[in-house]
Amino acid sequence: MSLRIVVTVKYVPDATGDRHFADDLTVDRDDVDGLLSELDEYAVEQALQIAEDADDAEVTVLTVGPEDAKDALRKALSMGADKAIHVEDEDLHGTDAIGTSLVLAKAIEKAGYDLVISGMASTDGTMGVVPALVAERLGVPQVTLLSQVSVEDGTVKGRRDGDAASEQLEAQLPAVISVTDQSGEARYPSFKGIMAAKKKPVQSWDLSDLDIDADEVGLENAYTVVESAAERPARTAGTIVKDEGEGGKQLAEFLASQKFI
Amino acid sequence: MAEVLVYVDHVDGAVRKPTLELLTLARRVGEPVAVALGNGAADTAATLAEHGAVKVLTHEAAEYGEYLVVPKVDALQAAVAAVSPAAVLVPSSAEGKEIAARLALRIGSGIITDAVDLEAGDEGPVATQSVFAASFTTKSRVSKGTPVITVKPNSAAVEAAPAAGAVEALSVTFSDQATGTKVTGRTARESTGRPELTEAAIVVSGGRGVNGAENFAIIEALADSLGAAVGASRAAVDAGWYPHTNQVGQTGKSVSPQLYIANGISGAIQHRAGMQTSKTIVAVNKDPEAPIFDLVDYGVVGDLFEVVPQLTEEIKARKG
Ligand SMILES: Cc1cc2nc3c(=O)[nH]c(=O)nc-3n(C[C@H](O)[C@H](O)[C@H](O)COP(=O)(O)OP(=O)(O)OC[C@H]3O[C@@H](n4cnc5c(N)ncnc54)[C@H](O)[C@@H]3O)c2cc1C
Ligand SMILES: Nc1ncnc2c1ncn2[C@@H]1O[C@H](COP(=O)(O)O)[C@@H](O)[C@H]1O
Repeated sequence: MSLRIVVTVKYVPDATGDRHFADDLTVDRDDVDGLLSELDEYAVEQALQIAEDADDAEVTVLTVGPEDAKDALRKALSMGADKAIHVEDEDLHGTDAIGTSLVLAKAIEKAGYDLVISGMASTDGTMGVVPALVAERLGVPQVTLLSQVSVEDGTVKGRRDGDAASEQLEAQLPAVISVTDQSGEARYPSFKGIMAAKKKPVQSWDLSDLDIDADEVGLENAYTVVESAAERPARTAGTIVKDEGEGGKQLAEFLASQKFI
Repeated sequence: MAEVLVYVDHVDGAVRKPTLELLTLARRVGEPVAVALGNGAADTAATLAEHGAVKVLTHEAAEYGEYLVVPKVDALQAAVAAVSPAAVLVPSSAEGKEIAARLALRIGSGIITDAVDLEAGDEGPVATQSVFAASFTTKSRVSKGTPVITVKPNSAAVEAAPAAGAVEALSVTFSDQATGTKVTGRTARESTGRPELTEAAIVVSGGRGVNGAENFAIIEALADSLGAAVGASRAAVDAGWYPHTNQVGQTGKSVSPQLYIANGISGAIQHRAGMQTSKTIVAVNKDPEAPIFDLVDYGVVGDLFEVVPQLTEEIKARKG
């Protein structure tokens, strides 16, 4: 039987651009350039490698996000994913991690899955909790933050490099995994891949397709409220000296003046 | 006064510093009740009591070491049921965030991750977060259920505040999911003898400019002269010059020390994301245009191979 892989990918504001908040204190996604979260490219890459190693596999990329989020799906399709699902609904604006995990879990169930692969964290929210939440909702094992992963005979194995130790993990499918940026360089879409992606199917689902009520998601129903957001004051300009042979000593003098030595 | 649960991060009974910082923050919101799990759990009590824990709920079981995350969620959920706390605080490690998130979902609560400060508010604790690579500061609170909040290391001072710290056994029933993900092997990270990167008061980092694994000895020597931890940029890590566990930045560790010294690091947004909240920032870089200089309190435009060894010598001389 075919191995059904669902990769969750997020469309995020470009980190190298000027990111800011909208008036309702949600992340402004309208006035900024967006892209497929770079950390989710690693998830797509591992999905493609696992699929290549399997006898028969299908890779579906899934995103929950505004209209433009289709760009993220296109990118993943041009890397080699087979098909895509876009969950989009006006009522989703401002949904938090708890709500997003609900939408993802319902969509993953509707799509059908053996393995869910996520990125380690989104580059905008950087919470790194959605994969654990999706696993909790689906009631399947969570094998997260893997720097190395393999799937064989219905078992997923991987290595998780934690603070105190590096752990070898193992779970039976179905499972939710997430991979880090140490898992292996993500491929660039080839010209052929980009052309082929244009013909690949992209399904659109809204909340009613997933039997989710509007009052379970969105800014009004979020489990957290942002009360204020302030731009961090620019750091006051520091002293910059050019090394003329005494740079190290000058720096030591500064450190001493600040009581570090 | 309402009780606040504090999840204890410990290694065989040795409490890690971020947990003690959480006790300081917890005391602003209520009476800290600590939850310590796994091997050595009861050994944490004395330290926790010294720093303000009125109670220490403990549970030892092999499951905590043999399976990933879920057994700890089961235990924390049992603690929430036993105590009905005003909030649950968890250290912001990768695992801490996952435990906190699953707990929040189970108890119908909201979650805030990576708080850098916490204060009491009329409608519950208010968390300060630093977002978009630390270019914005937000204040948020949980609006549904019992607030579950993870807090970054170095967000508060460790304070002595002696309390009873009475040890009580927590009764835990593991869920069906508890044994879903087996830990089949564990290699403890070798200690370098240097402070933990995320906990260190001073961090000395090296980037592409260090130009080779062997040259990291220069960075290490400076770090050792200051009793500092060693960090690295992703460029240095990707080149194989320094281990990934030392990477500072968006996909590495986020550090907030008293002093951060960046050597041969340009200051890309993803690197800044992990160090921008450092109190004092110093850089050595030969390119006067490097963006890192926008952040510094003191910068030296120069060759790190000249400047850094001279600095190290001078520090040693001054320290005698
Ligand atoms: C999704 C994503 C996540 C990322 N996560 C991280 C992360 O967690 N951490 C991170 O660091 N980066 C991360 N990056 C990479 C980041 O964008 C930069 O590429 C990286 O930080 C550059 O490292 P660097 O400053 O050491 O190298 P460079 O940008 O190449 O800078 C090297 C600097 O060294 C200086 N130099 C060279 N020789 C000398 C000398 N002899 N003396 C003094 N100065 C010298 C140069 O002038 C230059 O400024 C991430 C990127 C992406 C896309
Ligand atoms: N809106 C979304 N649509 C699809 N996947 C998402 C979304 N939000 C988060 N994810 C997935 O969850 C991972 C972790 O996200 P986060 O917990 O927000 O840091 C990401 O790398 C994605 O794989």
